[in-house]
Amino acid sequence: MIYHITDNRASAVALKDIPEVDYAAIYNDLKERLCDEHYHVAHYFATPESSRLKFYIVLLDDKEQRVMLTSFAMEYYEEVALPSLTAIHPALHVFEREIAELYNVEFDSMPWNKPLRFPFNRRNRNSTMDNYPFYSIDGDSLHEVNVGPIHAGIIEPGAFRFVCNGENVLHLEIALGYQHRGVEHEFTSTDNRLRQTLLAEGIAGDSAVSHATAYAATIEKLCGKSADSNLWVERTVALELERMAMHIADTGALSMDVAYQLGQVASEALRTMTINTTQAWCGNRFGKGLIRPCGSNKPLTAEKAAMIRENVSEIRHRYSEVVDDIKSSPTLLSRFEQCGIVPKAEMQRIGGVGMAARASGVKRDIRLSHPYAAYGSQIEHNSIRQSDGDVMSRLMMRCSEVLQSADYIEQLLASYKPTEISRPDYEAALAPESLAFSLLEGWRGEICHVAITDAEGKIATYKVKDPSLHNWLALAIAVRSEGISDFPICNKSFNLSYCGHDL
Amino acid sequence: MIFPKIKVLKSHGWQYIPDLNAVELTDEFRGRPVLTSTEDMSDVEAAAKMCPTKAITAAPFSLDMGRCLFCGECAIRAPKNIRFTNDYKIGSTSREALMVTPQCEAIDFHPELVREQIPALFGRALKLRQVSAGGDASVEMELNATGNVNFDFGRYGVEFVASPRHADGVVITGPISGNMAEALDICYNSVPDPKLVIVCGSEACSGGLFADSKAVDRRFMERYNVDLWLPGAPTHPMTFIDGVMNMLKLKTR
Repeated sequence: MIYHITDNRASAVALKDIPEVDYAAIYNDLKERLCDEHYHVAHYFATPESSRLKFYIVLLDDKEQRVMLTSFAMEYYEEVALPSLTAIHPALHVFEREIAELYNVEFDSMPWNKPLRFPFNRRNRNSTMDNYPFYSIDGDSLHEVNVGPIHAGIIEPGAFRFVCNGENVLHLEIALGYQHRGVEHEFTSTDNRLRQTLLAEGIAGDSAVSHATAYAATIEKLCGKSADSNLWVERTVALELERMAMHIADTGALSMDVAYQLGQVASEALRTMTINTTQAWCGNRFGKGLIRPCGSNKPLTAEKAAMIRENVSEIRHRYSEVVDDIKSSPTLLSRFEQCGIVPKAEMQRIGGVGMAARASGVKRDIRLSHPYAAYGSQIEHNSIRQSDGDVMSRLMMRCSEVLQSADYIEQLLASYKPTEISRPDYEAALAPESLAFSLLEGWRGEICHVAITDAEGKIATYKVKDPSLHNWLALAIAVRSEGISDFPICNKSFNLSYCGHDL
Repeated sequence: MIFPKIKVLKSHGWQYIPDLNAVELTDEFRGRPVLTSTEDMSDVEAAAKMCPTKAITAAPFSLDMGRCLFCGECAIRAPKNIRFTNDYKIGSTSREALMVTPQCEAIDFHPELVREQIPALFGRALKLRQVSAGGDASVEMELNATGNVNFDFGRYGVEFVASPRHADGVVITGPISGNMAEALDICYNSVPDPKLVIVCGSEACSGGLFADSKAVDRRFMERYNVDLWLPGAPTHPMTFIDGVMNMLKLKTR
């Protein structure tokens, strides 16, 4: 067996228990295994380990709730080319590109070894954002449109290069990295666990609760202090509040881009109400300060639980009226339907995750496949899917998930009995020479954090994966052959994170 | 169809905040900190040690809001010495004014430091170009919120525009990532004179968690003058509104 089998609720794994095998064995296994849609790679990264470069793969079996860990190694300066898995399974492109960019590892017959994010610690310092050669197509009737890195709005930076034939987009290339802050490096350059918690909250501010929860769960696995079930209920409520707020915000953003002002302002007001509910709970509209390892500073009181239930119930009612209006407005449907299609097979092939993947009919939902928190225990999660993979499907995903989240919050809080919740622990010793991971379904999709400790129990490697890492390519595919004027609604229908990608 | 729209309108009702000066935030909100010196300062020393951005010094006792991420952990560690109020009026024209000391009862805006031409030229219409340079999207979303149906800052003629050529100033969010440094510079230089610079969020004020990161390039801050410092993680829309209104002399704190 080339894998160590564990699951999303299990504790940390000693490094010595993770098999180290030949790359050829992994290559041959993944080549076959990934043809089965029940398997996908959640993380695949390299990290220096004394004089070697060690590679870890976190493989998910969505059918059996299994997480499969394996590893291989090579000498740090060894110059051998590894046969590329991306060539067979394009979903792995982000991982191989990151490894190539950071460690100069060559992947043989990799289709497009494009720099991922131009990190400060990249091997090739001559490769910069400014001299990056965008993909171009020659032709008398073609022209290019360059957008970014600064966009026409209050939004993060990224560069989009369209190759257009008249008004139609032939090809879109997205170049990211402008938001790179060195997040993963900062995690390992400090032992201050409060600082690490705040770093997690800042990976992507619109997913502060999700990333902080992933960090907290990773640390709890490493220090062997599992959070009690009430704390997990509170975290689930916070996660679903975050999902509601962002899906409502994006309903408003999509409404704005098709000049549906009523939906825009109604959604803005409902988002305000949702994030103000989070603020009344923890003092911050984005839930910063709410999630802490091994405990909480802001335990839910009976009064706060009642306040959340009351607000969520009103938001649910008013939002469902907005959804009814969208569904009964032919002018909106004609913009959203059959626009920006990513077919299921394509979404599967590129490794799309989260609500965007589910909008194309791909079964991918960590809440269902690798349960954590209250999912699979207090909540019997029913993963919503659409089939068309167009802007409308992604909007309908949001509409349905907002209502579902509201139901989950009500269900959890209706039977909630506040108990003594422990205070956060920033000091607990971490298991040495171990690996811990945490998987969860943020509002965008699959978030995966992996931590590896050294012999002293310090975090030596910290890897973060935001769902945007996979889904940016889906956006590029969605706009092919669309009118360039439909780019904004295609973009908003995904609403991907730049900083979560660039780290 | 018209009936679903009427339903939405009816439930939506009236969301506009009539008087922005009268806004009070929930008690839970962590805004301006209040410091109290005690004989035994060991709790403050412990809080200073755990502070993720080294915003606290124990002797002399101070808390730098330009670094503070308002996580509130210090107030839990040193409850006798540090307390966060819900006062969101924490912007200033002076970076030094963000340094809170035990004597501090309100953040001094220092209106005398505002260049004369700013209220004269932009008092009735201020168009801003926002640049995110490593921001985590939360400050950006709060800036978007300033123009939404609730806050409607557009009522004072303050709006965000798409082109720097149409702008009177730049609003910077994020610690200024190295990969964005040049784009920020180009954008700033594309804004016609006279122009102003607003830095929004503690990460923009000091670099925050990334102050020492090699991926960050803050030379912009050495080259250009900053007109308004707005701390927060993220900066609350009301902090932005209060700061800009003071700068335009539409109110005095």
